[in-house]
Amino acid sequence: MIIAEQKPIPEIAAQVRQCRKVLVLGCGGCVTVCQAGGEKEAEILASALRLMGVREGWDTAFDSMAITRQCDPEYLDGIARKVAEYDCVLSLGCGVGVNFLAERFPRTWVVPGLNTKGAGATLEAGVWEERCLACGDCILHLTGGICPIVRCSKSLLNGPCGGSQGGKCEISPDVACGWQLIYDRLKQLDRLDLLLEVREPKDWSRTHDGGLRRVVKEEARL
Amino acid sequence: MVDDGTEAMTAERPGGGGPAATAGGGPSFEPRIVAFCCYYCAYSAADLAGSMRLQYPPNVRLIEVPCSGRVDPALLLRALEEGADGVYVAGCMEGDCHFQQGNFRAKRRVGAIKKLLSQIGWEPERVEMYNVPASDGARFAQVAREFTERIRQMGPNPARGKKVRS
Repeated sequence: MIIAEQKPIPEIAAQVRQCRKVLVLGCGGCVTVCQAGGEKEAEILASALRLMGVREGWDTAFDSMAITRQCDPEYLDGIARKVAEYDCVLSLGCGVGVNFLAERFPRTWVVPGLNTKGAGATLEAGVWEERCLACGDCILHLTGGICPIVRCSKSLLNGPCGGSQGGKCEISPDVACGWQLIYDRLKQLDRLDLLLEVREPKDWSRTHDGGLRRVVKEEARL
Repeated sequence: MVDDGTEAMTAERPGGGGPAATAGGGPSFEPRIVAFCCYYCAYSAADLAGSMRLQYPPNVRLIEVPCSGRVDPALLLRALEEGADGVYVAGCMEGDCHFQQGNFRAKRRVGAIKKLLSQIGWEPERVEMYNVPASDGARFAQVAREFTERIRQMGPNPARGKKVRS
């Protein structure tokens, strides 16, 4: 899922305090799972902004609601009438949701309430961590399912650097060396031979090059 | 929480005693306080306080919850939005939760709301978490007095009397 966390409330307040009527819009997708921008978080944020407005004397109304996903047009169509009642939508979707809302509602001021952190997984209740950098050219079959792009601080492709000490990365004693993890796993699986193969350079043109990456599946089109 | 008064709710409050003892030294306003009380402990303690004829301020309005872990952070904020001068959650003693973890969860959630209140310029002391065993009516009354006095010193909720929610 996309993992995200809420911006500090004063930063959010600075974006919306001049508005007359603000819709705090949660998203029922990934940000609900990582408890950053679901219906409950939207309700709490709207409540907090109302209380802040009372304290600071703003004349701004805040309502909250959530939709199934902010990244699919049918769900945005469903709130078009509602959005027309507001001069600002404070999106608690990921960056995709904010972009998509702004495209769909060109006359409405759309602002982000979250900082999007990446594609990650749940480590334990309340803890989420990045696992994929969406490079567009997956090589996990060569590295035992451990991604050197996201796990190695330098995204190296040819093994650990000199900063790998005792299994940790030099950037922090709390960060494991991605290549140590890869080596250990391949050794456990008796597939160290994968590390001996000489490979072509990775195709970074699939990462973020030549404009927006688009996926088209012809048979799925209407 | 729609009424604006602070009159005693002796008829509908477990353990409802007589009128509150007026606090000495503080501002004259009467705080309006909402207490979310766990059925298994604090709410029973309130009953016990009543049976024991213990006095505690009538400013405290009790809301019975099946567990302090039921208290959503949004409820604490909503109480403030609707004019409560202070809100507290009263759960079982740590380690005694009927549902094992509910009071620990409540404690973390109250802590999160305190941080949030600091961010938005409100006094975090307007919300609190207490642990009150069912067997301790005196503790219930003491918490009610202590929190009421704290809020009395703090002054009224700035949202009081305003239509905050649309």
